[in-house]
Amino acid sequence: MNTTIMLFLLQDGITNGAIYALLGLALVLVFAVTRVILIPQGEFVTYGALSYAMLATGQVPGTARLAVAMGLVAFALDLFFARNALHARLVIHSVALNIAFPVALLGLIYALVGPGTPIAVNIALALLIVAAIGLFLYRIAFQPIAHTSVLVLLIASVGCHLALQGLGLVFFGAEGLRAPALSNAAVTAGPLRFTGQSLAVYGLTIGFIVALWLFFGYTKTGKALRATAVNRLGARLVGIRTTLSGQIAFLLASVIGAISGILIVPITTLYYDTGFLIGLKGFIAAIIGGLVSYPLTAVAAIVVGIVEAFSSFYASNFKEVIVFTLILPVLVLRSLAAPEVEEEKD
Amino acid sequence: MTQRLPLIIFALVMAVIPLVPGIPPFWIVLLDNIGLAALVAMGLVLLTGVGGLTSFGQAAFCGFGAYTTAVLTTAYGVSPWLTLPASLLVSGIAAVLLGIVTVRLSGHYLPLGTIAWGIGLFYLFSKLEFLGRNDGISGIPPLSVGSFKMLSPDAIYYAIWVAVLLSALLTMNLLDSRTGRAIRALRRGHVAAEAFGVQTPRAKLLVFIYAAVLAGLSGWLYAHFQRAANPTPFGAQAGIEYLFIAVVGGAGYVWGGVLGAGIVVILKEVLQSYLPYIFGGQSQLETIVFGIMLVLLLQLAPQGVWPWLMSRLPFKPARKTPDTSVNLEHRERAPGTSPILLHIDRARKQFGGVLAVNDVSFDVNAGEIVALIGPNGAGKSTTFNLITGVLTATSGKISVLGNEVANAPPQEVVKLGVSRTFQHVKLVPDMTVLENVAIGTHLRGNSGAISSMLRLDRADEARLLAEAARQIARVGLSDQIDQLAGSLSLGQQRIVEIARALCVDPMLLLLDEPAAGLRHMEKQRLAALLRQLRDGGMSVLLVEHDMGFVMDLADRIVVLDFGTKIAEGTPAAIKRNPDVIKAYLGAAA
Repeated sequence: MNTTIMLFLLQDGITNGAIYALLGLALVLVFAVTRVILIPQGEFVTYGALSYAMLATGQVPGTARLAVAMGLVAFALDLFFARNALHARLVIHSVALNIAFPVALLGLIYALVGPGTPIAVNIALALLIVAAIGLFLYRIAFQPIAHTSVLVLLIASVGCHLALQGLGLVFFGAEGLRAPALSNAAVTAGPLRFTGQSLAVYGLTIGFIVALWLFFGYTKTGKALRATAVNRLGARLVGIRTTLSGQIAFLLASVIGAISGILIVPITTLYYDTGFLIGLKGFIAAIIGGLVSYPLTAVAAIVVGIVEAFSSFYASNFKEVIVFTLILPVLVLRSLAAPEVEEEKD
Repeated sequence: MTQRLPLIIFALVMAVIPLVPGIPPFWIVLLDNIGLAALVAMGLVLLTGVGGLTSFGQAAFCGFGAYTTAVLTTAYGVSPWLTLPASLLVSGIAAVLLGIVTVRLSGHYLPLGTIAWGIGLFYLFSKLEFLGRNDGISGIPPLSVGSFKMLSPDAIYYAIWVAVLLSALLTMNLLDSRTGRAIRALRRGHVAAEAFGVQTPRAKLLVFIYAAVLAGLSGWLYAHFQRAANPTPFGAQAGIEYLFIAVVGGAGYVWGGVLGAGIVVILKEVLQSYLPYIFGGQSQLETIVFGIMLVLLLQLAPQGVWPWLMSRLPFKPARKTPDTSVNLEHRERAPGTSPILLHIDRARKQFGGVLAVNDVSFDVNAGEIVALIGPNGAGKSTTFNLITGVLTATSGKISVLGNEVANAPPQEVVKLGVSRTFQHVKLVPDMTVLENVAIGTHLRGNSGAISSMLRLDRADEARLLAEAARQIARVGLSDQIDQLAGSLSLGQQRIVEIARALCVDPMLLLLDEPAAGLRHMEKQRLAALLRQLRDGGMSVLLVEHDMGFVMDLADRIVVLDFGTKIAEGTPAAIKRNPDVIKAYLGAAA
């Protein structure tokens, strides 16, 4: 093997790894706050990427309409659960968040969409769409069962993944899409060429890691979010609004997912079901990080990316096999290192 | 016989269906698919609903079964019937290998692990040359009996449903046995089961292999039904679908798996034929509905359809009462080298910087009731956990009749004749009192999984149940014997735990706050029972906060405070001991 190939593979691995790291971070974030293992994270990626790609071609993506529909359901749920204690403030708040916001967004998209729309506007619109979907997803699927076991939440999470992936097929079709590059800038260092795209990936990843680490370690809100995960009832008793915590976590996760998607879609063609695999690789990183550690997750994600790059060069047929079996020794080590603790299950 | 009646009727109905004139052949194909899915779901019921181990990877085991027969019949010309054991063996071996790494995982790591190897195996199937890569293997010969080849869907129908019914029967037999109770106890955590000698890792591996073999059987049938095998039906999506089937039907019930398979397969068919009219000609649209349904179901009916149906039945299935005249032999005592029953010599337990038990020493002699008292946080329960092997001591020696426990696991400690109850009741709430108590007899039976499935364990089983019923009568709960443990009051649940502990045939009974939650009369009855046990030669070590109860009952009292023994003596002496008074009431007293 020569050094140039190795450097190329490393660069490729690190760029992919940085994306996995972003996703892994979002998964750790959601798990730490809500105990939901967010399998639909991959759908946030594809929804963000493909919504952006469709907007770039001047079309209105179906996801915008999905956001409106989900908002309606969320509104109905709000009314239903508060049916015995309805008051005007609650209704106004619910209407604003669940109906006015997605409808206004849809209107904005119809007004702005076109072949000449600036890239930044398209990105912002795509992020808003996915943010709305993430928010409503928590409200609809997880908030009513937020108190149940990790396992029930996981099965619900798989259900969400199935539904969202199927809807992705309806919205974007079976053909893959690609979007215009975010910037054409590039830096050359030796034999390697760093595109503005990949530099943005690195920058965002590092930024998010630092921000999340600071947020959860050093701010009151961050600590409140963590407390929610450990003991919902206890958190509520000391005045933490657990529902809000869950919504914030899903909002952040969906935006992070969408950003990752928008960063990749100019580099590779994405299909409606690509997100699942990308998300799962983020998972491997998150699991290596024990679903708690942000820096460890990021490092693990880079390793996953590099392993993937090298195995696609040496044994391209078995790339996925190698990446997914990577997780097994890690899981075994984890369970050996931390012996099983008795948990009260229901 | 009455218990088998519904099964026989069901079998007859299924046998007649293909003979009904004018039945559309397509229905038979659907029923074939239902049977195939039901086999996998039944394994998942045992694994997930009963054993509490969630797997998203069962489809991969179908793949092992299908590919094994595909390769053997096409490349080597082996007869399909001969490949059946091979298919089951390959799935079983795959389960052993994956199970050893997977079932050790706790909590949510387990399902994530299954997703990971499920996907990994799918890619492996679709890349391996000798498995035909993405195209798979075609031209698999049909099953045949003599010159009759099972080519049509209604011919293989019988093979599939005989397999389903046999598997259901074997599975139900397994659940209703000594091994079955151990499996059913897994879902509630492992501490209680291990305290009665259940090797929980082995029990977990057992259900894992069992579920995989059922999936392998389904795969083998599938290969000969489709006469081809390709990777798609063995991927992650299919694995998720099988779990969906189990959840829909009722993950805790064998027939829930069959019912769920029926609902999901038919629903899928209906959705596939009508959804394209709504959304235009796309495929895979049914997954949207499935996903939404799964979420809805978890919110509205997390138990599934089967228990909902059963609760609507006008009659309740009768339970058989055990025949208490059958005797269970006493447990073989380990030979002792010391007259002292329990000897604790400077036992010490440190949790990081916290010293929970600080060089505590005391003895319990045969035929004696010793109470361990002390304020909250004194280290009483930790001492219990050190004796029973739940926790390992930092230093010090604990021996039973001179046999050093030396940090043995709970399963070994109980063999020495030490059994216990728990401060926080650890019963399986959806098992009856009888079944819960029978877990205590685990070490006194010897039937394994296979003899249970084949009902060769009945004599053994009758002895165990009789013993359980006798101990239930002894603690005065005979009227509640068939009630679910979760429906009893907390005080009664504590008494059930005592009956379970008695089933071990112990020499030493460790009771952690047995009187908490009992009414006055119940406490008196408990005290009378414990005295009677002592007079029969058993020793009792109990932790208790009710001083009236302790002072009346105990022969000797050991007092702990902040992990240190501050006094030991007769109740009368302890009452006057200034250190004890100080610990309980503060310095000024």
